[in-house]
Amino acid sequence: MSKPPVRVREKAQVLDATALDRALTRIAHEILEKNGGAKDLAFVGLRTRGVTIARRLVARIAQIDGATLPVGALDITLYRDDLGMRGAPVVRSTDIPFSIKGKAVILVDDVLFTGRTIRAALDALIDLGRPRSIQLAILIDRGHRELPIRPDYIGKNLPTSRRESVAVRLAEHDGEDRVIIQEPLSDEEA
Amino acid sequence: MAWTRKDLIAMRDLEAAEILTLIDTADSLQEIATREIKKVPALRGKTIVNLFYEASTRTRTSFEIAGKWLSADVINFSALGSSASKGESLVDTAKNIEAMSPDVVVVRHPASGAAELLARELACSIVNAGDGAHEHPTQALLDLLTIREKKGHFEGLSAAIVGDVAHSRVARSNIHGMRKLGMTVTVAGPPTLIPPFVQELGVKVAYRLEDAIRDVDVIMMLRLQQERMTGGLIPSLREYSHYWGLTLDRLAAHARPDVLIMHPGPVNRGIELSPEVADGPYSVILDQVAKGVAVRMGVLFLLAGSKTGEAA
Repeated sequence: MSKPPVRVREKAQVLDATALDRALTRIAHEILEKNGGAKDLAFVGLRTRGVTIARRLVARIAQIDGATLPVGALDITLYRDDLGMRGAPVVRSTDIPFSIKGKAVILVDDVLFTGRTIRAALDALIDLGRPRSIQLAILIDRGHRELPIRPDYIGKNLPTSRRESVAVRLAEHDGEDRVIIQEPLSDEEA
Repeated sequence: MAWTRKDLIAMRDLEAAEILTLIDTADSLQEIATREIKKVPALRGKTIVNLFYEASTRTRTSFEIAGKWLSADVINFSALGSSASKGESLVDTAKNIEAMSPDVVVVRHPASGAAELLARELACSIVNAGDGAHEHPTQALLDLLTIREKKGHFEGLSAAIVGDVAHSRVARSNIHGMRKLGMTVTVAGPPTLIPPFVQELGVKVAYRLEDAIRDVDVIMMLRLQQERMTGGLIPSLREYSHYWGLTLDRLAAHARPDVLIMHPGPVNRGIELSPEVADGPYSVILDQVAKGVAVRMGVLFLLAGSKTGEAA
C-alpha cells in the first residue's frame, strides 16, 4: 500500500548548526520564563526527532537552572485520524516513565504542519493522566494548519508551499545539525 | 516491514520479517497494560467477532480484552447454545455473521483447516485462534515474544518441545516460527505421540526427556490431554509422568541453569510439570499469559487498523 518514495532535491538551508543551537537555547529560556522556573515541568517528545529535541532542551535547562527534568517519548500511531487510509503503520512504544498528573507538560516536535499529529498527541497525553497544562514547543512552524492548534514556543517560522517538505536533520540520527527545505524533482529530473 | 495480509492463519505461511513485524508491534503495545486508563482509540468503530467452537478461557478472553483495549466492539459467539448446535454448518454460520459486517472474525474450531476455509469464503479478516491439530499462531507469537524478552534474540537459540507433539497445534506453530527465526528445535515424547515424518519440518527427535532438555535454552512442555490415555496412546498417566514429567531433580541434572520453562496452559500439575517447576524461578508461564493480550492487540491492529478504505 505504501507509495513509492518521492525523490526530492534540497531547495534551501533554513538553519545551520549554530542557528539551530541558538533557537533551542532561546526556547529553553522562554520555557523557564513563562513557567517561572523549572518546577513541575515535564517534557514529552514525539517520536522520533521530537524526543531528541526534548532531550536537548532538558540538557539546556539543566545548564541554565540546574534542574533535572524528566523526558518521555510518545508514539501517536494508535491515535491517528488517518488509520486505514495509508496501509499498515508501524507502532512504536510510548515510554513515559513518570506521572504527568499535575505537571506542566512541554510537548515537543520537530515540525508543525497541519496540526493533526499534535491533535493526536493531545488525546494520547490526556489518556495518560491530567496534566496541569500542556504547552507546545516546535522547532519549525511551516504553516498550513488544518486544526485550531498554535505552538507556545517556536524555533523558526518558515513559510512553505504544500509541495515542499522540511527535513530536520539532527546529529543523533543524521550525523549533522541543520534544517533544509526540499522540493520534489520534476518528472524529467526524476 | 509493512503488513499486507488479510488473514493470520498459520506461522507456516509467514516470512521471518512478517513474524518480526507482529512481535515488534505487540512489544510496543505492551505498555498499554501498565496504564491507568487501558484504552487507545486505534480500532474505534471496528467490529471483532470471536467465533469459538471449542472451550477456551485464556485465548478467548485475551482476544476480547485486546479488542476492547483498542476500542473495537467485540462480540463473543460461542457454538454452545447457538445455531451451530442446531446443525448449521461452519460456513453458513460465518456467512451469517459476515452479513453483520464485522472487520475481523477470530475463529477457533476442532477441525484443522477451518480458519483457512473461512479466510477463503469471507471478505473480512480471519484470525486463526486454533484449528484442530494444525496451528495456533498467536500462541506461538506470544511464546516468541517471551523468548526474545528473556534472551534478547532468536538466532542460534535451541528449544525442546516435549509431550503430545502429534496432537499439538501449539507445537506446530512454534516449530515453524522458531525455525524461521533461526532457532534449532528438538521435539520429544513417547513414540505414539510423535508424528511420523516430523523431521521434515527441520526438527530433531528425542525419545528420552533427559536427551531433549540437555543444553537447550528453552523447554516448552505441552499439555497432556487426558483423552490420549483412553485412546490407548499412553499406558497410564502415572507412567507418562514418570518418564516425561519435568521435575526439579531432572532440571538440575540435565538442563542449563538459565533455561526458560514454558507451557501454553492449562498446566496438569504433577503430570507434565511438577508444581515446584511450574512455580519455580525458571518458569515464564505467567509472562506468557501477560504477553497474550499484547500479541492479540498487535494482530488485531495490523489486520483491522491497516485496512484501506475500500472493503478488504
